[in-house]
Amino acid sequence: MAINTQAMMAQLLVGLINGSFYALLSLGLAVIFGMLNIINFAHGALYMMGAFCAYFLFNLFGLNYWWALILSPIAVGIVGMIIERTMLRWLTGLDHLYGLLLTFGLVLIIQGLFQNYFGTSGLPYEMPDLLKGGTNLGFMFLPTYRAWVVVFSLVVCLATWFVIEKTRLGAYLRAATENPTLVRAFGINVPRMITLTYGLGVGLAALAGVLSAPINQVRPLMGADLIIVVFAVVVIGGMGSIMGSIVTGFMLGVLEGLTKYFYPEASNTVVFVFMVLVLLVKPTGLTGRAA
Amino acid sequence: MTSVTENAVPIASAKRGVDDQLIAFAVMTVVLLVLPQIFYPFVIMQALCFGLFACAFNLLIGYSGLLSFGHAMFLGTASYICAHSLKVWGWPPEVAILAGTATSALLSVVSGWIAIRRQGIYFAMITLALSQLLYFVYVQAKFTHGEDGIQGVRPGTFLGMFDLSQPMTLYYVVLAFFLFGFLVIYRTINSPFGEVLKSIRENEQRAISLGYKTDQYKLMAFVLSGTLAGLAGAVKVLVVQNASLTDVHWSMSGEVVLMTLVGGLGTVFGPVVGAFVIVGMQQYLAGFGQWVTVIQGVIFVVCVLAFRRGIVGEIGHLLRRSL
Repeated sequence: MAINTQAMMAQLLVGLINGSFYALLSLGLAVIFGMLNIINFAHGALYMMGAFCAYFLFNLFGLNYWWALILSPIAVGIVGMIIERTMLRWLTGLDHLYGLLLTFGLVLIIQGLFQNYFGTSGLPYEMPDLLKGGTNLGFMFLPTYRAWVVVFSLVVCLATWFVIEKTRLGAYLRAATENPTLVRAFGINVPRMITLTYGLGVGLAALAGVLSAPINQVRPLMGADLIIVVFAVVVIGGMGSIMGSIVTGFMLGVLEGLTKYFYPEASNTVVFVFMVLVLLVKPTGLTGRAA
Repeated sequence: MTSVTENAVPIASAKRGVDDQLIAFAVMTVVLLVLPQIFYPFVIMQALCFGLFACAFNLLIGYSGLLSFGHAMFLGTASYICAHSLKVWGWPPEVAILAGTATSALLSVVSGWIAIRRQGIYFAMITLALSQLLYFVYVQAKFTHGEDGIQGVRPGTFLGMFDLSQPMTLYYVVLAFFLFGFLVIYRTINSPFGEVLKSIRENEQRAISLGYKTDQYKLMAFVLSGTLAGLAGAVKVLVVQNASLTDVHWSMSGEVVLMTLVGGLGTVFGPVVGAFVIVGMQQYLAGFGQWVTVIQGVIFVVCVLAFRRGIVGEIGHLLRRSL
C-alpha cells in the first residue's frame, strides 16, 4: 500500500488536535478527581459551554477570539465553582458514585437547555485573522490555526503540570489530596482550595471548548461523545499522574488520527479497543497506581 | 468505605423482610393484572419492560455495589437480535427472545470479564466506554439499518398459541416475562449467593479475606444482570415493534440509572416503581421536547442531593420495613 504523505500528515494533525482536547480534558478530570474524589461527568458539557461562551462574547459584546480565550475559562470556571459550592460539596463522605450521578444529572440539564435554544445544528465561529492561512512545508500544508491549537494546548498542559508539581501552591494541593485533614490543621483553607481546583479543572475544559470553536463549530452536543472518549483516555492513562494524562491524551489522539488514515471505519472505536487491550494486559492503566 | 445504597438492612430483620416482600409482591401482581383494564396497556407494557431492565440493573448496583453505566448495550443488543430474527429470519417470538437474551448473556460474559478488572468509578467508566464502542459498531453494521433502525417488526404467535397482535394477549405475555425476571432476581438476592454479593458491596476486602473469590461473584452478578437486561430488551421489541439506536445510546444507560435511583437503589420493588414513574412522566410530557431531558436532569440532581433512598426506600424507612 502506497502511503500518501499529504493525506496521512493531515490526519495526523487532526489527531494531534483531538489529542490536545483529550489532554486538556483528562488533565482537568485528574486534577478534580485528586481533590474532590469525583469523576466530573459534566466536563464535556462545560467544554461545550466554553465554546458557547466564546460565541456569545463575539455576537453579543463584539469581543474577539483573544478575549474569549481569557474570559471564557474564567466565566465557566465561576459557574463550576458555584456548582461545587452549592451541590458537589454536599456529597463529601458519600460513595464516589454519587458524584458521577450528580454530574450526569447536570449534563442532562445543561445540554437540554442549550438544545432547547440552539437545536442540534452547529453555529459558525470565525477564526481570528492572525491565525488564518497556513504554510506549505513541502511534504504537507500546515494550517496556522491547527498548529496554534496544538502548541498552545501543549503549553497550557505543561504550565498546569509545572504549577501542580513544582510550585508551593501545587505542593499544598498535592498534600491536600493525600490528607486534607492534616493540611487543614496547618491552617490552610482546604474547602476554598477544593472550590478553586474545581474551577481550574473546569476552566481547562472551557479553554479546550474555545480552541475547538473555530474548527468544530459550536454545538450543544459537542461535548457529549467527547467526554466518553476522555473517560476511556482516563482509564488507559490512570488518574494518578498529571504528566501521564497529558502524554496519554496526545498519544491517543495520534492513534486515532492514524486510524482515520489507515482504516477509517475504526476511527470512532479505536480508543475504546485500545482501552480493552490495556485492561487485558495491564489492568491498572499505563501510568497506573492501583485504584 | 461507605456503601452506595442507604437501603441496606441488617441480616437479623431479613426474615420479616421476606414476609413483607411476599405481601408486596402479591399486591404488585394483582395490580398489574388489573391495571390494563384502567390504563392504556401499551404504556404499561413499556413500563414493565423498563421495570425489568431497572431490576436487572439494580441487582448490580443495589446488591453488589457495581455501577454499570453501559447497561444499554445489553438492552439494545438483545433488541436488535430479537427484531432481526423475527423480521428477517421469520423465527417465532419465543425463539427470537431466546436468541436476543442469549446474545446479551454472551456479551455480558465478555464485557464483564473486561470491566471487573477495575473497581468503583473506573468500573462505571469502562462499562460506559464499552457500550459506546458497541454503539459505534451498531451505527456502522448493515443489519441494524443505522439511523432508521429495524422498523415494523411483527411479533407473531407466541408458542404457537397466543396471537401477539392482540393487545391483551401481548400484555399478559409481557407480564409473564416480567414476573419471571423479577422472581429470578428476587430469588437471587435472597440466596446464599446474594448474601455474598451484599457482603462484597459492604466490604470487598473483608469478603476476600473470608476466602470468597469476589471477582467470580461479581462476574456472575454482572452476567445475570446483563442477561435479564437483555430479556427486557428482547421483550420490548414485541411491544414497540422496532429496535433502534436509542436502545444502545448512553442516554438509555443513564435512564435506567435514573429509574433505579428514583425508585430506590437496593430495594426489591424500587426499580419497578421508578420505571413506572419515569415512563409515565415521559408519556405525560412528550410534547415538551428537550425539556424532558432537563427535568430528568433536575430529578437526578435532587435525588442525589436530598432523596438518596428513593421512593420505595423512603416508604420502607418510614414503615421500618425492607421492601
